[in-house]
Amino acid sequence: MTVVILSRGAGGSTKGAALIAGTTKVRLTSLPVSQSTASEIRPVPPTETPAGPARRRSTAAKALGLVACLGALAVVLLLSLAIGAKSIPPHSAFDALFHFNGSDDELVVRQQRLPRTGLGLEVGVALGLAGALMQALTRNPLADPGILGVNSGASAAVAVAIGFLGLNGTLSYIWFAFAGAALVSVVVYVLGSAGRTAATPVRLALAGTAVTAALTAFTSAVLLLEPDTFDQFRYWNVGSVVGRDASVIWQVMPFVAVGAALALGLSRSLNALALGEDSGRALGARPGRTRALGALAVTLLCGAATAAVGPIGFIGLVVPHLARFLTGPDQRWVLPYSAVLAPVLLVGSDVLGRVVARPGEVEVGIVTAFLGAPVFIALARSGRISQL
Amino acid sequence: MNSASTVRDSAPAHATDAPVTRRPFRVLRIGDAVSVRIRVRSAVVCAALLTAVVAVGLYTLATGDYSIPVPDVVRALLGGGDQATHFVVDSLRAPRLVTGVLVGAALGASGAVFQSITRNPLGSPDVIGFGTGSACGAVAVIVLAHGDAPEVSAGALAGGLVTAAAVYLLALRRGAMQGFRLILVGIGVTGMLTAFDQWMLTRASINDAVTAQIWLTGSLNGRGWAQAVPLAIAVAVLLPCTALLSRQADLLEMGDDAARALGLRVERGRLALVVLAVALVAVATAAAGPVTFVALAAPQIARRMTKSPGVGVGPAAAMGALVVPVSDLAAQRLFPSELPVGVATGAVGGVYLAFLLARQWRDGR
Repeated sequence: MTVVILSRGAGGSTKGAALIAGTTKVRLTSLPVSQSTASEIRPVPPTETPAGPARRRSTAAKALGLVACLGALAVVLLLSLAIGAKSIPPHSAFDALFHFNGSDDELVVRQQRLPRTGLGLEVGVALGLAGALMQALTRNPLADPGILGVNSGASAAVAVAIGFLGLNGTLSYIWFAFAGAALVSVVVYVLGSAGRTAATPVRLALAGTAVTAALTAFTSAVLLLEPDTFDQFRYWNVGSVVGRDASVIWQVMPFVAVGAALALGLSRSLNALALGEDSGRALGARPGRTRALGALAVTLLCGAATAAVGPIGFIGLVVPHLARFLTGPDQRWVLPYSAVLAPVLLVGSDVLGRVVARPGEVEVGIVTAFLGAPVFIALARSGRISQL
Repeated sequence: MNSASTVRDSAPAHATDAPVTRRPFRVLRIGDAVSVRIRVRSAVVCAALLTAVVAVGLYTLATGDYSIPVPDVVRALLGGGDQATHFVVDSLRAPRLVTGVLVGAALGASGAVFQSITRNPLGSPDVIGFGTGSACGAVAVIVLAHGDAPEVSAGALAGGLVTAAAVYLLALRRGAMQGFRLILVGIGVTGMLTAFDQWMLTRASINDAVTAQIWLTGSLNGRGWAQAVPLAIAVAVLLPCTALLSRQADLLEMGDDAARALGLRVERGRLALVVLAVALVAVATAAAGPVTFVALAAPQIARRMTKSPGVGVGPAAAMGALVVPVSDLAAQRLFPSELPVGVATGAVGGVYLAFLLARQWRDGR
């Protein structure tokens, strides 16, 4: 919705459309936010319809792209094994995995770097899929576990677990993180989707931020009443793949696996949903069922990721945008691309965090915030917010 | 989102249900030079709120670990009374109370301005992230420089102003600013600063970290006249200026085009309002830390009490001035160990927020 103000240019001629177009200045002035971009979501124009050979070629290109992304992932994983406080040549890192001989280097790789790399991979897949799924379900390009408040729910629950119930160790508060994440994702969606109207991007982001603010105050109260709790909590809350028990990987694996399977299985229904409620239903999609299953998958994935490594923001936000940029709006490609690109970014951020502050490290959650926030701001500035 | 209600609730609705003799506005004239239009209901609500502030203030000064009868409190405030009473009232309780009232007034007024500019009841400075900027500056001073109280306040002031400038400039696009973009850019910047805060917290000793966490919550504990007086001067300058410009905020709520058509220089007016509102938040945060939700809730509660179409700066400031001391009182007295005021405002704000969103839900807006 824009107001078009036409004013005559130097020629002043109004003879014929072509001439007008050539000599007039067209100024576009956006109407106030409540009537334009923020509160409306237009259906995605059906962009992928090229038939026959063109389509097959593009499918081949997309598949090739996915293979390239997998290659990038393999490189990043190897780097994660090789780079750190003690640099280890990539070939030794490789040997440590497959021809273990017990040298110091190989012990470092096996005991220190392998668990964090594995955890980064797992959490990355979960966050990437969760982000893509959230954005598709809410048709909201700003959806992300951090911005929608899911992380703050997990944080609050963990603070309660440490503070009031005296639990310690990641293994014991993982379930609380789960419950908190699940509860808050429901609350935010209900608050943000506001009855008859659709859940608009801005409204969901606001509901998430506001819930985060409320929960932060609560968490803070718990922490200040119990300084010991705070001492434990601050290391969890920063979002890090270091110092987590290696068995966490196996503990959250089932949830990530089920969530990922659900997410990938929903991709066709999500495509139908992207056309809007009515058109989707006409095409045979069941919006209610898709939303419910999608919400379940999001909760499993986000909850598992946050429980395993603490709150990590912006990965779930940025990666799906990157994926859509590479593949177009087809969810059957967006979801797998997100699942591969997210661990590239997450493990890459972890490696970067080891390099920038040598000999110390910067936690991965901080690196991703500093990489992701500029992208978020660029998105907000670009004015493409409602186009999903 | 707000605009719909603004238009719907405005004058005609009141005109029909109010008798002709009780006009909603009175005009106050002093000579020929001054002529002010006053909304009767808003004025009454403001007066009631300020009375409540005085009552709460007296109660706060009189009660606590050491009870003092109210007449003695008044005598101590006027400079009399015995030495112990004078010490408790004048050195311990009064500066804290004054700081609380001023912080609340500043946050309420600034929240009203921001909600007008962003045209969104949720567009308050703490959601936009100016509070986070101040907090980040303060935490940096606490953790990295081990600064004392005045240095921490200076850090907060600097952090808040720099962040606000950055958010405003990033939200500009082709010289124009839209409310929703300001909010979103603010959310992004908040995410980044929060991560930085958390990183600093993990690097700090546990003592510094607890100090910083208390600061991050917003606290009035141990505030003396050294904090209260500069804050009072700043608020005394900024609040009247904001009130004078608030007419422009009312026009901006109608939308840029309508405001422009009514003769407002939109970008200039908005910039002036943003600068004033940011300055108010920054001085309040420098004094007490980022006290959450006051800027969000006070203007909206005041709007419902005054039944006015827009969020007024005056009633919002009065409401804020009441909310903060009451919350501080609750946080001091209700818990086994004393909590910072931000915890109480956060809890109140959370409930209020659920109410606000649920209401929008019911209205289907």
